[in-house]
Amino acid sequence: MKKSLLIAASTLVSLGFNAMAGDLTGTITFKGTAPAEASFEDKMKETDPNCAALYASSSFPTTHFYVVSSSGGLADVVVSIKGLGKSTGVTAAPAVIDQKGCVYLPSVLAVQTGQKVIVKNSDPVVHNVHTVPKVNEMQNLPQPPGSPDLTFVFDKPEPFLKFSCDVHPWMLAWVTVVDGPYFSVSDKDGKFTIKNVPAGKYTVEFAHRKLGTKTVEVEVKDGGATQDITFEAAK
Amino acid sequence: MNAKYNPALFWFAVVTAITTFLLIGLGGLVTSHEAGMSVPDWPTTYGYNMFLFPVDKWVGGIFYEHSHRLLASAVGLLTTILAIWMSLKDSRRWLHWLGIAAFFLVILQGILGGLRVRWSLNWLGVPHGAVAQTFLVLTCAIALFLSRWWQESAAKPQVAVPRGLRSHVLYLTILIFIQLLIAATMRHQHSGLAIWDFPMAHHQVWPSTTSEAIADYNAHRPPGTIGNPITAFQVNLQMVHRLVAYLLFLGVAAAPFIARKRLGGADWLTKFAWFWFGLLSLQIVLGAATVLTNKAADVATGHVMVGALALLTGALWWLVAFRRTKLANPLKT
Repeated sequence: MKKSLLIAASTLVSLGFNAMAGDLTGTITFKGTAPAEASFEDKMKETDPNCAALYASSSFPTTHFYVVSSSGGLADVVVSIKGLGKSTGVTAAPAVIDQKGCVYLPSVLAVQTGQKVIVKNSDPVVHNVHTVPKVNEMQNLPQPPGSPDLTFVFDKPEPFLKFSCDVHPWMLAWVTVVDGPYFSVSDKDGKFTIKNVPAGKYTVEFAHRKLGTKTVEVEVKDGGATQDITFEAAK
Repeated sequence: MNAKYNPALFWFAVVTAITTFLLIGLGGLVTSHEAGMSVPDWPTTYGYNMFLFPVDKWVGGIFYEHSHRLLASAVGLLTTILAIWMSLKDSRRWLHWLGIAAFFLVILQGILGGLRVRWSLNWLGVPHGAVAQTFLVLTCAIALFLSRWWQESAAKPQVAVPRGLRSHVLYLTILIFIQLLIAATMRHQHSGLAIWDFPMAHHQVWPSTTSEAIADYNAHRPPGTIGNPITAFQVNLQMVHRLVAYLLFLGVAAAPFIARKRLGGADWLTKFAWFWFGLLSLQIVLGAATVLTNKAADVATGHVMVGALALLTGALWWLVAFRRTKLANPLKT
């Protein structure tokens, strides 16, 4: 009897807590005219014809500083709630970056401190994965084709930590390391979702590598909250 | 006692010196192409014995870094042979010690380059560059000491070079070496250009380095610039580099005029001083071009190589002047 009451009480308490959390969602838009992106075609052909050969039947990749959808949605914005919760990176699923077509995919992502970042080489060419952090430890590791995946872990929060390849200088990825579990990266339509945010008032940061950072005070109530934001082109 | 001129040994030393100069150029290309870390392992190359790395994998940054390592190995071998050959065939004991010094210096240089890669320490590129220039001067000096002129000069009357002129060249040569250290520090910041206009600097005579000004410079970097954000230190460093360049140009420009007045226009050292002035003039042009082309790799590397030649010219000029003066005035120099 006592055991049944205890189980029932625990269930009610956890249901209660879940009812006091919600998803923070929103859409990030871009206003203005984004600068034209640059193609990697000439650089690829000059530097490594083996990379260029991978695009024999498709268009060459470009920089993607400003990924904007037809409806103005801005991708690759890192959204994070400051000072909420402790990092669960050690137990989180690893993030994965692939080197495919001599570019890093994805090129913008976010992870927690202590979370593994696995880098694959799906290309038939040699790459080196060279992290260039400001506060974390630098690493530079060779990754020939067919070699094992590389694993990176970062202990300190850091915005837009650079991953580069010195063999192919156009290859860049940017990994934002946050110190808590409440973050997201906007998708190709500019949409983001941060799940199960406890009810409360928070400072939410929206960071784009080229457009800078905006912070907004957001109140998350039971059932969640919506926060849209707009970045404008630099004048 | 003067040794007998050995033409084979002399020309071998010349080949070693020229190969060293080419190695400096190749090292310059590595940095200009930001390829210094493109081969993360050492002394292997992506796990291969570096002498067996497949040619079809010499692509991108690997091409410059791997070629640099191979040529460096060749210079190491040439230096070793030179040191041994001198110790066996030249009677001058002090030259044997110079050969040993060259041997250990090239070993040190290899270790510096390797550790820079193994330990991912960008700053080690600065002493690596400095030792490269020192080693170039050493190999060329050894070639000079093995030359027919040097070894037969004691048997011919020599014209002394006034102390003032010798000191002028010596101080300028030392200043060139300091300038090369400044330049190496600039190049290994890996921040692109800190100032991208010339002869003005961010449209100013001496650019502001307040935090607002630095933020403004970073917000308006030339298109395609890849690198760390620029800092006030880097802006000031480039300005010091420019200032020293102007001082060097004026100082070296004066040298041939002083030499013509003191030694005469036909003196070989006067002609060599004119050559030195030509080099510095070219160096100023290459420096401006490096800025105006946003550090185009071939232009920047040319700037490195002419800088090395300028250092070498001053050093060799001084050695010849010292030799002549010592022979002309054996009791005082």
